[in-house]
Formats: sequence, C-alpha cells, structure tokens
Amino acid sequence: MEGLPILSLMMLAPLAGAAACLFAGATAARWIALGATLVTFVLGVVLWSNYQIGGPQWQFTERAELFAGFSYALGIDGIALMLIMLSVFLMPVCILASWESVQKRVGEYMAAFLFMEVLMIGTFAAQDLFLFYVFFEAGLIPMYLIIGVWGGDNRIYASYKFFLYTLFGSVLMLIAMFWMVAEAGTSDIPTLMQYSFPTSAQTWLWLAFFASFAVKVPMWPLHTWLPDAHVQAPTAGSVILAGVLLKLGGYGFIRFSLPMFPEASAQFAWLVFALSMIAVVYTSLVALVQTDMKKLIAYSSVAHMAIVTVGLFAFNVQGLEGAMIVMLSHGLVSGALFLCVGVIYDRLHTREIARYGGLAINMPYYALFFLLFTMASIGLPGTSGFVGEFLSLAGIYQTSSLVALICTTGIILGAAYMLYLYRRVAFGGQVNADAAAMRDISAREWVMMAPIAAAVMWMGVYPESFLAPMRADIAVLDARLAAAAPAGDAKLAPGAPRAAAANAMPHHEGSETSSAKEGAH
Amino acid sequence: MEFAASFALVMPELVLIAAGLTLLLVAAWGGDKAARLIAIAAVAAFFAAGFLLVPGLHFGVDGPATLAFGGLIKVDSFALFAKALIYLAAIGALMIAPAFFDGPSAGTERGMRAEYPVLILFAAVGMSIMVSANDFMSLYLGLELNSLSAYVLAAILRRDPRSGEAGLKYFVLGALASGILLYGMSLLYGFTGGTSFTAVRAGLTGEMGYGALFGVIFVLSGLAFKISAVPFHMWTPDVYEGAPTPVTAFFATAPKVAAVALTARVVFEVFGGQVAAWQQIVMFMALASIIFGALGAIGQENLKRLLAYSSINNIGFILLGLAVANADGASAMLVYLFIYVAMSLGSFVALLMLRGEDGALFETFADIRGLSVTQPAIAWALLLFMFSLAGIPPLLGFYSKFVVFQATIEAGLVAFGAIAIAASVIGAFYYIKFVKVMFFDEPAGVATGKSGAAHWVLLGLTALIVSPLGYLLTPSLTDLADKAAASLFLTV
Repeated sequence: MEGLPILSLMMLAPLAGAAACLFAGATAARWIALGATLVTFVLGVVLWSNYQIGGPQWQFTERAELFAGFSYALGIDGIALMLIMLSVFLMPVCILASWESVQKRVGEYMAAFLFMEVLMIGTFAAQDLFLFYVFFEAGLIPMYLIIGVWGGDNRIYASYKFFLYTLFGSVLMLIAMFWMVAEAGTSDIPTLMQYSFPTSAQTWLWLAFFASFAVKVPMWPLHTWLPDAHVQAPTAGSVILAGVLLKLGGYGFIRFSLPMFPEASAQFAWLVFALSMIAVVYTSLVALVQTDMKKLIAYSSVAHMAIVTVGLFAFNVQGLEGAMIVMLSHGLVSGALFLCVGVIYDRLHTREIARYGGLAINMPYYALFFLLFTMASIGLPGTSGFVGEFLSLAGIYQTSSLVALICTTGIILGAAYMLYLYRRVAFGGQVNADAAAMRDISAREWVMMAPIAAAVMWMGVYPESFLAPMRADIAVLDARLAAAAPAGDAKLAPGAPRAAAANAMPHHEGSETSSAKEGAH
Repeated sequence: MEFAASFALVMPELVLIAAGLTLLLVAAWGGDKAARLIAIAAVAAFFAAGFLLVPGLHFGVDGPATLAFGGLIKVDSFALFAKALIYLAAIGALMIAPAFFDGPSAGTERGMRAEYPVLILFAAVGMSIMVSANDFMSLYLGLELNSLSAYVLAAILRRDPRSGEAGLKYFVLGALASGILLYGMSLLYGFTGGTSFTAVRAGLTGEMGYGALFGVIFVLSGLAFKISAVPFHMWTPDVYEGAPTPVTAFFATAPKVAAVALTARVVFEVFGGQVAAWQQIVMFMALASIIFGALGAIGQENLKRLLAYSSINNIGFILLGLAVANADGASAMLVYLFIYVAMSLGSFVALLMLRGEDGALFETFADIRGLSVTQPAIAWALLLFMFSLAGIPPLLGFYSKFVVFQATIEAGLVAFGAIAIAASVIGAFYYIKFVKVMFFDEPAGVATGKSGAAHWVLLGLTALIVSPLGYLLTPSLTDLADKAAASLFLTV
C-alpha cells in the first residue's frame, strides 16, 4: 500500500461520480452514485485495514504544493479515520434512501451528494489549516442546494438560515486562522497542534473557533437552524446532516480548540458546560412536545451533541473517548432514525406523529428496526449509545459532579421522548386506516437498515474495535491537555489495593485456588 | 535617442492609438456595416498590445529604466499587470457586444455602431496612461481620455432613454469628480510646488499643513468617485442599469482596474510618506463600501443594479488590501482584481446570454426564476459566479478574499479585518438569493439561450477560472502580483 495516495483516491472516486451524474439520466445517475459511494466505501475498508494501530500518529500522508498560500496536505490519525469511516458508511445508505423518494433532477441531486462526500472526506483528512477551511466551508454549497431544491414546503427559509448561520460562524474562524498562521509561521495542522500560543491570544482564538464549531455542533442557543434544516431537508439530507455534518463541529473541537488552545479551553470549559447543560434539559423537553417526527429527532440530536461537548471538555481520557463514541454512535443512530422516518414518510407523505399508530401490527420488521434504533438512542446497554454516553458521563463526573448530574437527566428525558414517540407510532391501535394499510419494509429498505443495525450492535457489544485506533491519539491529546486541565471536584484518591479479591472466600483448608496462592508464602 | 527609448516603453499604447485612429477612419467611411470587422481588428490590436506586455510581466521591470518622457510616464511591473488586466477585460467587452446590439434589447437601432470598438480602444488607451502615470498631469490626461470615451459608451444607444440618462448622469457626476480631483491636485501643487509624483512626495515630508491635507483628501475623493467607493458610489447603480449590458460589463471591469491601480499608485508613491493621513480614509471607504454595497443590494430586483452594488461591495474588499499599506496588501489587491474581473465578466456574459421568448434580455429576478431547468448550463455557471462572489470556497472568489484578509491580519489590523469579514456575510445573502431564484423557484417561462460561440467561449473560460481548477493558477498569479507590488514600493 506504500505510495498509493488512497485518501486522494477516496476523494477522486465520488468526484468522478459527481461529474458523471451531472450528465446522466435519472436511472443511470442512481446507479453511478451507488457505485461511486460503494467504491469509496471499499477504499475506506482498505484504509481501515491498512491503518496501523500504534503506528505513527499521522498515516497515509500526502503533500503537494499546488497552490499559493497553502498546500494540499492530507493525512489521518485514528480520530479522523473513524469519522471518515462513518461518512463513507452512511453515504451508500443515503443514496439508497433517495432511490425512489427523489424523482426530480436526480442527476443533480446525486452529484450534490457525491460532492458532499468529497468534502467530508477532505475535511477530516486535511492537514493544512486553510485546506481544512476550504473543505469545511465548501460543504455549504451542496447542502444549501440539497435543502433548497429537494426540501419540503418551507425549504427556502431553512436553506437561508442554514447557510447564513454557518457562514457567519466560519468567517470569524478564518480570521483567527490567519492570525495563527502569521504567529506560528506555518499552516501545518500537526505542527500547530504542538504550538503554544500566548495565553491571552488563546482566549480570542478559542472564541473565534468556538463561533464556528458551536454553530456546527450545534450548541444551544445557536441550534435553531438545525430543526428547520432537518425538517425541510429530504431524508438522505437529514441523514448526512445529522450523521456527519454535525460531527464536523465535534471534530473541530477535538482537532483545533482543545490541542491548539488548551489553556483557553480550560478557561471556557464552564461556558461549554453551561450551554451543554441547558441544551440537554431544554432540548429534551422541547423534543417531548413535538408533533413532527423529524423535529423531535432533530432536537434529540442537539441533546446528544451536548453530551459530546461535555465529554470533550472533561479533559480526561474517558470523556474524550466517550465523546468520540457518542459522535460515531449518534451518527449511525440518528441517521437510522431519520431513515425510519423516511420509510413511513415515503408511504404516507406526512411526518405528523398522530397520523400513525399501531405500525407494529402491519409493519413488524419496520417496528423491530425502529425499536432497536430507539433503544440505541436512549442508550440501552448492548447498543452503541450506551458505551458512548457512559464513558462521556463517567469522564465528566471526574470533573464536575453537578454537570454529570444534570446531563444524566438527559438520558432519562431521552428515554421519555423516544419511548413516547415509539409508543405513538408503533404501538396502540391502528387508528388511521391509511397508516394501517402500509406495507412492511422492502428489500431496498432492508439493505439500508440492516448494516446500520449491525454496526450499532457491534459498537455496543465490542467497542474496542472502534476505540483501538483512536486510543493513542486520545492519549496524546490527553497528555497535551494535562497541564491545563482544571481541577475536578471528584477528588479521586486511589486507595491501597486490596490484598485479596473482594469476593474471596475466607481461608479454608483444601480450597484449591486459595491454597495455591497461600502456599506461595 | 531618449525619445526613442520612451516610445519603446509606450509601445502597447502606440499600437492601440494607431489602431484606434485607423479604425476610426474605417468607421467614418465604412459605416456601421464595417462594425464587426472593426471589432475584430480592435480585438487583434488588444492582443498585439497585450503580447508586448508579456516579457516585462514575466521578468519584472522597475527602476529608472521604466521612466518615459522625462518622468511623465512610468512603465513598471505594476503598470504592466494593470494593463494586462485592462486589455483582457476590453477584449471581453468587445467579444460580447455584437450579439447584444443585434438583439431587440438594443431598441430601434439594430446592429453594433462602428464607433463602439473605437471608443473602447480609446478608453483603454486612457486607462493605460492612468495606470502608468507618474505625474498628476499625465494622470489627469489619461483619466479624462478614459472618462470621455466612457460617457459616450454609456449613451451609445441614442434612442433608448435609459441609456441616454445613464450617459448624462455619468457625465455630470464624472465631471464633478474630475473637478474635485483637479482641485485637490492644484492644492497639492500649490503646497508642494510640483506636479510630478516624486516632487509632490518630496514636498509632503514632515509635518503636513492643512492645505496639503485638504489636497490629499480631495484627490482621494475624486479617485473614490472613479472606483465607486462609498460615499461616492451613488451613480453606479443608475449608470450600470441604464447603460447597454456589454458597456456595463466593460465599466464593471476595465475602468475599475485602472482606477484602483491609479489610486494605489497615488497613495503609495505620492502619499507614501504620509500613511497616517490617508490610511484611515481608505479604511473607512473600505468598510463603508463593504457594508453599503451589501445592504443596498438586498432590496434590488434588477439584476444589473444588483451587480452594481456587488461591484461596490467588491471595491470595499479591494480597498481593504490598499488600507494595509504594504507590499503584501498591494499584491493581494492585484490578485483580487484579477479574480474580480473574471467573476464580473462571467456574470455579465451569463446575463447577456439569457433572453426571453421575445428575444429581450432578462433583467430582473422574476425573469430568471427556475433557470436551472430551462437553461442548466448558464444557471450552473451563474451559480459558480455567485458563490464565488460571495467568497465561498472551493471557488476562486474565496482565494481573493483569502489573500486580502491574510494581508490585513498579518499587518496587525485584526479588528478591522474581523469587522469587514463579518460584514461580508451580509453580502452572501443576496448572492445566495440569486441561486435560490434560479434553482429553487419554479420556472417562469421559456428562456432561449441561443448565443454565439464568443459568448460560450467567454463563459466557459471565466467559469473555468472561477472553478476550483482556478486554484492551480494561484502560484503564477501570486508571483506576478508580487513582482508588480514590489515595483510599486521601490520608491517607498
């Protein structure tokens, strides 16, 4: 694999597909898009299998001086690898989700999605600050078109709001980037991650980056674009928005804010905590009263992403690992939940919860998948949601019991709104005749849901596969943060290790194991 | 002998003047039937003149060897860069003209008038003199030659009242601006005792008196009018709307380049010793142009008016590079100018290619509704230009903002840059409205996009420059701009 520019290839495949889709007819465009995303996914699998756990921090690096002012530099660490895998995994699913529901301007639609994939991979793989910005910001164009052209009734308002909110957040970050590059003399991200900026400047830089990432995550009170965008976007648009685009904010925190400005991050941790606590409680309550399914899931996304931000700013390994797992898990689960909504929306063309009911009777397989993803969203043990939320909250508990306490209520409230949603949609009597007449999921929908379900279970049962590639990078980050980490209120005092296991039986003659141990004395 | 050297330096201008005079005679005898031939000859003349610039551009020229006619003219790398841009924009304006004048939008007088290419030639000569002026006298000479040609160009559709109105407005306000400029120049002459840039600069050293300061302010105000920077911008939307579209495309590109280059030369070479005196003025004009250019555009329904405000907005960003007051800023400004010319020219070409069923040009937002269905190629090209003008990566318009803001921040003007970039988000609002109307709305009617090869070539070329592939140009572009900026700062 040496010398093969696999990251560039992963971007080239969807790019070529996008160009082909623009000129292809509807059916051809669907197949081209599916083919291109599958090729990219296969390349992603190759990427993961060739990634050396415990190898150099930055792998698959590429560099070319193509532009004036910044360079084309790519490379990934474990964190980026996982997020790239998430993107390339969700992409074929998105294409399948739009197979029948998108009927107008299919070629352009598929091209927009494939272009989006190029940009997402580029964002996670960029090793040059400005190259990152180009990819990060360019995502506005396809997403604006996806919401605006193929969205619902109020799509224009939603697309404007999405565009202007995120643009305003990002431009301030660009100014901060110029300052950093002028100060450090390089735009190389790995170098900047080790560079110590003056503490007074860090405050401003952190705030500028925060403006951008807080909008992307989104954090309360900057989240209002999200429900609008989600509700109006087509199903696949929602999947990508929730599955990957929101992760750009979290990725930004973990890649830029924390390692580049550790002191400022510690200084502003209270701000992140306060906003996250409000978000968890407030958006969960808002989700509880929604009558629109997509809006409910959108609000739940805000609550889940708040768990991510508290985990990130816990300044310890559990918190960081938990935040990463919540991001991956939320990417899969919320994406799957939007697919679930899309499945019944395609049949009945309404997202109103009250129009459904008793779907478990006529759509048993659908109800099964929906239940699994509902449980994963709540964080049931055995699903990916549990692992992430547990680690994240365990991390924050070491830093602040209060924050942990309030954020944990989010899990309870999450159970409330998700179970309430599920009860109204899947259980109860079949009050609506048209909803009762809907057929169960088709083979195409099986193919969409089953891989996500498998991934959710895998991550829930054996998270080590996902944690292992990131472990070294998180350790490096934790070491970098150690000096700045705020004193937690947990006051963990390691006691003296016990001499014997807690459940060891009192000494008996003839007991095999203990006699063997004792015999050594 | 010295005269021969001087003539060698101004060879591109001589080519253009000779072509202009000859073609004027052809026009006088050949009449409008010869118009197309004259246009082709004029394009050839521009290519020839542009070709003469290449060696100097490539190797970079500066120092005393660039002075011609006893220091009246200075043909350094900076002037060459600006001239190259001006000639390219002029070629564009000539290529798009015939089809427009043949269409019904040209009113009752069909067909391109033979004077049109000739006037463009003379305007370009004027602009060439402007950008290579090294004396207030040659500056004024070039400025007026350009302006007088431009007034006639604006009013070239004699029977169209809007065109006549545009020409008259442009003339009256332009004359006022020239007067202000001339007054400033006379004040400077009075207080420094010279008209050449070096003499005025020498006279402005040390503590500056009120008289000289007023001279600086008046000169800057006059120039601000020519580049349509706020608060001297009010004529722009009216003139852009009224003038025939190819002429508007010309106004939005070549004279802007010339006036900006001239302003840069005046502030650096003449007022270079008194940066504190003009920096605040330029900073104010930059911010005001960005903000008012963006706010003014929001309510516009007419596309040409909208592009006029967009050009005001862009001038603000260009002035940002000027306000930095160092070679990086000047280089960034030149890079911005190049990209701006490509974006503006492309947008106007796209507008020129859009006609309704009756053959009339599309002028308002209502006309271009749903264009992505009826004319996908043009709609996608316009999408590129609009996102590029808004400065969204990965389009080249982002790079232009990138270099300007980078220079601003590196010079330590962080707060200034932050305000300016935040204001740029306002501008994004109407650029994405353009996209919204074309892509999200239902089609309004039939749009015929039957256009000549010249339009398609120009549209394709500008779209290619603006597309992400344009980034591959940036190393050589930056190199040229750096050389040009360096020659400007040789005297500082």
